[in-house]
Amino acid sequence: MVRQVIAAVVVLLLMAFAAYAALFVAPTERSMGVIQRIFYLHVPSAWTAFTAFFICFLANLQYVFRRQPRWDWLAVASAEVGLAFTTVVLVTGPIWAHPVWGIWWTWDARLTSTFVLWLLYVSYLLLRTLIEEPDRRALLSALFGIFAFIDVPLVFGAIRWWRTQHPQPVILGAPGSGLHPTMRAVLFFCWIAMLGLMTLLLRQRYQLEAMRAELDIVRRESEAA
Amino acid sequence: MKNLDSVFAAYLIGWGIFFVYFLSVARRTSALREDIERLKSSLNRSK
Repeated sequence: MVRQVIAAVVVLLLMAFAAYAALFVAPTERSMGVIQRIFYLHVPSAWTAFTAFFICFLANLQYVFRRQPRWDWLAVASAEVGLAFTTVVLVTGPIWAHPVWGIWWTWDARLTSTFVLWLLYVSYLLLRTLIEEPDRRALLSALFGIFAFIDVPLVFGAIRWWRTQHPQPVILGAPGSGLHPTMRAVLFFCWIAMLGLMTLLLRQRYQLEAMRAELDIVRRESEAA
Repeated sequence: MKNLDSVFAAYLIGWGIFFVYFLSVARRTSALREDIERLKSSLNRSK
């Protein structure tokens, strides 16, 4: 319990420093001005969501091959955490887009594939509520989770493969693209803070799933008694 | 500064989503813990 509180305080401090760096340390971008500072919340949230969905994908693969419940617990925990980060991406994007593009939303390849990603993982969580039997629920949702992950490389590649309203990548982009060194340092610091938050949430959510399994065992015992 | 209110709105909403999610997990965990304790004690009473 003490360790969890310390971890939560460390993550909170990291997030606070990240917000301070994003708002006050990073230089103001020349063409967009101060609104570009949403970048330090929007992009690290997207990268963290990809990380969570990758953990979900690996856990689903592990479940399919090993059939151990702990992989199912990790998969559902990381899917839900990834969904929270994707929600932040989908909310902060339009707030940034409106003053810059003059519109809140457009159905370009990057925005659409991100929205589809959000829908896929909402469907993954909904699917789990529809199946009663634990082993069948775990297997079917693992197979669906593996399928859902296909959209992650599509979201990543959308701004590289197709012409989009969304800006071109500034990290791992075309030759000549890039960021001011301070902007890059702040971006990576914000990502580290987000990864810390993801780890904290993932741990909490995994414990919740483990407790659900314990509750099932106690219920079965009480029904047998 | 132009659009500063949008920047603060984005950060407040973003942090708000994380905070609400954290609270939802904590609330579900405590409800589940209570259920487990209640079931365990009723099981012990019936033994």
